[in-house]
Amino acid sequence: MRQSSWRMRWIPAIAFALIAVVQADVLPDDRSDILYHRFEGGGITVQGPSVLIRKKVGDSVSFSYQYYLDMISSASIDVVSQASPYKEKRVQQNFGVDYLHGNTLYSAGYISSIEPDYNSKTAFLNVSQSMFGDLTTVNFGYTQGSDAVGRADRGVVQPFRADADRKNYAVGLSQVLTRNTLLGLNFEVDSSQGYLHSPYRSVRYVDPTVLRGYSYQPERYPDTRTSNAASAQLKYYLPVHAALDGSYRFFGDTWGIRASTYQGGYTQTLFTNWTLDASVRYYTQTHANFYSDLFPYANAQNFLARDRELAQFHSKTFEFGASYEFHPSWRYLQFIEKGSLNLDIERMFIDYEDFRDVLDTQYKAGQEPLYTLDATVGQFFISFWY
Amino acid sequence: MRSTSRLVTLMSALVGLGIAALPAATLAADIAPGVDAPSFQLNSSLGKPVALGDLKGQVVLINFWASWCGPCRQEMPILDQLYRSYQAAGFTLIGVNVEPNAADAQKFLKATPVSFPILFDPTSSVSMLYQVSGMPSTIIVDRTGKIRYVHHGYKPGDEGEYLDQIRALTQE
Amino acid sequence: MSHQFRSRRFRGTLLVAVLVTGMLLGGCQVQPWVKPYEREHLADPIMSFDRDPISSGYLEHVFEVREGSRGASGSVGGGCGCN
Repeated sequence: MRQSSWRMRWIPAIAFALIAVVQADVLPDDRSDILYHRFEGGGITVQGPSVLIRKKVGDSVSFSYQYYLDMISSASIDVVSQASPYKEKRVQQNFGVDYLHGNTLYSAGYISSIEPDYNSKTAFLNVSQSMFGDLTTVNFGYTQGSDAVGRADRGVVQPFRADADRKNYAVGLSQVLTRNTLLGLNFEVDSSQGYLHSPYRSVRYVDPTVLRGYSYQPERYPDTRTSNAASAQLKYYLPVHAALDGSYRFFGDTWGIRASTYQGGYTQTLFTNWTLDASVRYYTQTHANFYSDLFPYANAQNFLARDRELAQFHSKTFEFGASYEFHPSWRYLQFIEKGSLNLDIERMFIDYEDFRDVLDTQYKAGQEPLYTLDATVGQFFISFWY
Repeated sequence: MRSTSRLVTLMSALVGLGIAALPAATLAADIAPGVDAPSFQLNSSLGKPVALGDLKGQVVLINFWASWCGPCRQEMPILDQLYRSYQAAGFTLIGVNVEPNAADAQKFLKATPVSFPILFDPTSSVSMLYQVSGMPSTIIVDRTGKIRYVHHGYKPGDEGEYLDQIRALTQE
Repeated sequence: MSHQFRSRRFRGTLLVAVLVTGMLLGGCQVQPWVKPYEREHLADPIMSFDRDPISSGYLEHVFEVREGSRGASGSVGGGCGCN
């Protein structure tokens, strides 16, 4: 038995990033990016390449394609406590098209994510309208997804099959406040139903009949989940070729989770070609109302969860990035207008407030130390504009 | 979901409102075809100030541009071609740079030189006078000093229109 | 109880979003207070909400996988306002 928390159950964030980046008065720039990403922490290493290609065709249409690969090798606390380490691959592909008509940008896309035991298909539509001399941009988006949940034990696919569907509505506003200030507001409603948990994951309950003091039973989640998220972002230009930004996001759902995300960052351009970034992110969340690290007995509630994603915790993330812009002069690269080399490192520290480290067996059940996670995320990517 | 269908109705209403409101959002322009082009004088790349009045008798294309504006940069080499082709027919072109700091414009011009005069409007007085409502903006003035055509924005292919309009005006 | 929360806060946030958008749409006679030729700083790539979508998309994914919340993370617009 094993589990993977690298799921595409919820909105493909990459889809949202593709929607969110555009201005409504011009098509997005033609560009390509090649990225190598790596995550290490909590016994998991996830790494792989990603490629994004975007090209205009004519004056009004732009196509984009993204390929993303996750190669997962996991010996995380969840896996090791109940099974043995495993390796897995996930492939994601995004297809998108943008159509510009006057000051309105229409976008549509399709995203597919495939793993040995999980298939996710998502389609989205977005309309962006710019007004007031392009000082204001409003966008409306709709996303619909359907997931097929399967099961594979030690790489062998089992006959298990369940489905989950979701719908997401998003509204966004971007407003120029002054010649140096930009405001962004976003609001989203997300609704899922179906098989929303994991066929591998379990919860634990006090069991005096066994030596270690607790036993496991499969988790049970509600079959619906509705959530709202609202955020505000501000960007301010400093006369030293720098920008300050800050954002706050609030999240709440029908599972009882309330989360707040605070982010602040600074970007500085140096010597014309260099851009440096630094940012800090602070995140807190309360646990789902059917979550517990240790239930008092078997079947203590209708719904049971011990997924640390739904636990109560806070996390701090520190990011630093450097980017170097170049203009190729080599004859064969003349079609490339501009390029950049980028390196980005993040250090993430998660402190769980009600999830315990069961691998520390010297403690009685329910008295193990609270789990903490220390992770490093790295990205190296090259971008070309043509 | 009851709340979600309400949201959908609301969003559709907003989109409807937005689309209906659009025509009203365009600026009322005093700068329009048929109006006399307001006179101005600015320092130029020729080393001496240039006034619009000096160019009376020629067809003048006034292009408002900035080095930070992508479509403006795209348009510059094309305007240069137009200038060189029609100069002999009594056509002239002036590029009014709207940046408060001329250094960025100079850097761009060094990399992408043009042969037509560049005028500098660091205080945006001429941009305001001409009610520049989009970047880039192109105003074509005839030999008598009247504005004949106004263009906002640039996308590849617009130069075809400029060509036709310049040809028509130089034949007057 | 969570249904109650959803109704009240949802309605509240939605009302704010509608009011703001409504005010902006209703204020059609307002002239742009930042002129197109004054957008030099806004056009700088460092003022973009999302400079490198491939990178921000990946980071959003990293957070989403380990957290119970998601969404409302991006924004559109700003920039040079050209064309």
